[in-house]
Amino acid sequence: MKLRLNFSVNGESAEALVDPDKTLLEVLREDLQLTGTKHGCELGECGACAVLLDDQPVLSCLVVSHECEGRSVVTVEGLTVDGRLHPLQECFADLGASQCGYCTPGILIAAKALLDREPNPSRDLIREALSGNLCRCTGYQQILDAVEASIVRLGEGGDQK
Amino acid sequence: MMRLPSYRYRAPKTVQDAAAWLAESPGDTMLLAGGTDLIPNMKRRQQAPSTLVGLRGVTELAQVDDRDGLEIGAGVTLSALVHHDRVHARYPGLWQAVGQIATPLLRNMGTIGGNICLDTRCTYYDQSFEWRQAINFCMKKDGDTCWVATSSDKCLAVSSTDAAPALIALGATVRLVSATGTRDVALTDLYANDGMHYLTRRADEILTAVTLPRAEGWRSTYWKLRRRGSFDFPVAAVAAAARFDGDRIVEARIVLGAVASRPLEVLAAAARLAGQTLTDDLMASVADDAYTLAKPMDNTDFELVWRKKTVRSLVTSALRELRGDDMRAARTKLARHPLLVIS
Repeated sequence: MKLRLNFSVNGESAEALVDPDKTLLEVLREDLQLTGTKHGCELGECGACAVLLDDQPVLSCLVVSHECEGRSVVTVEGLTVDGRLHPLQECFADLGASQCGYCTPGILIAAKALLDREPNPSRDLIREALSGNLCRCTGYQQILDAVEASIVRLGEGGDQK
Repeated sequence: MMRLPSYRYRAPKTVQDAAAWLAESPGDTMLLAGGTDLIPNMKRRQQAPSTLVGLRGVTELAQVDDRDGLEIGAGVTLSALVHHDRVHARYPGLWQAVGQIATPLLRNMGTIGGNICLDTRCTYYDQSFEWRQAINFCMKKDGDTCWVATSSDKCLAVSSTDAAPALIALGATVRLVSATGTRDVALTDLYANDGMHYLTRRADEILTAVTLPRAEGWRSTYWKLRRRGSFDFPVAAVAAAARFDGDRIVEARIVLGAVASRPLEVLAAAARLAGQTLTDDLMASVADDAYTLAKPMDNTDFELVWRKKTVRSLVTSALRELRGDDMRAARTKLARHPLLVIS
């Protein structure tokens, strides 16, 4: 029997009729066609599937669908507002922080969660916040640079967070 | 792609309901808290319960009471614990241990109860179903042989919890609740040195809380060896705590992690510390005891003889830190980055 799920996705209420054994990651990608969130290791080791669940960054591959009822999910698709990129996304593009791009959505989510809580984090704090996100292209320096650059851009009156 | 096997999901609001539902079929029902250990295991078919009792709606499990000592609900997330002012200020060994569990993303999900009950790990067990099938499985799940030591009559999977050694060193007790009653046990007695039956918790019991006594006079520390500074299970670890009267130790506990199927107390050497000041010679003799007790097996990362050797230096570092030596440089060298709190 299917599970009827009511929850908020990227600020809009969503209803989905899903296979009850699915994880949140599978619901997002397969039932809601939100394929920005990536399917990596499936075991909680890589960070590619990170989303905000009730404002906390978590790994959607480890969340069972039953536990999403009534909660709020933000995926990488939810970072843009009215077609405008989030300053984090702009900085990633400007500074070449995305190579193959597979880890990028999860890293953007983890970085956004950090900046929402701590608007002016040190390099060490950024490293800690992103320590659960693997980049197989090993482009970590550019990623850290881009997060640091976005701090400045957000501080200059980027109107979104 | 690894899909979860089919299961029935039930969401109690109270411990009482959870215990009643667990009692209906304890053999094939499992408790789901943060899911960071159980969900990967289910995807790999290491565990395949027919029913999951999800505990995230049981709000009484998510409380921290710091009025006298510290009572931590089993459902408190590792993130909540690492950001709890009193944990950092009074129980630094616990803070250091929890801060080094997994990653911020996983600590937002994983709970203290889950880390205490963390399944034991092994190279031959933490693999996909097909991988395990190709070696005709192992003793811990679906097979007969322990591939770590083929003549062994017991499973040698390694205890990989960071929190438990730190909690045991601080004198923790845990509460176990079932439909028929409640019992409090010393955390050290929750464990057995057997990779399959590593918990003395009965299948119908729920671990609801862990309690620490007051920390006045105590110093504590946790040292962890892992492959990657960012994110790995321990391959050797030591928790140490001691109550001091001036420079003199009144009582002490030393607990090793990841070198047996349970957190391993270094009892005789810790007892020798009572009444003593921490001299270099005394620390060396305690480290020798710990080295002798540690029995790392070839079932996780790093070469096992070297892993055993590291126990001596980890214990020495821990005791030096308790003595008041400035160990920040050594700690950073081991961890390769500073231990941080994101407020």
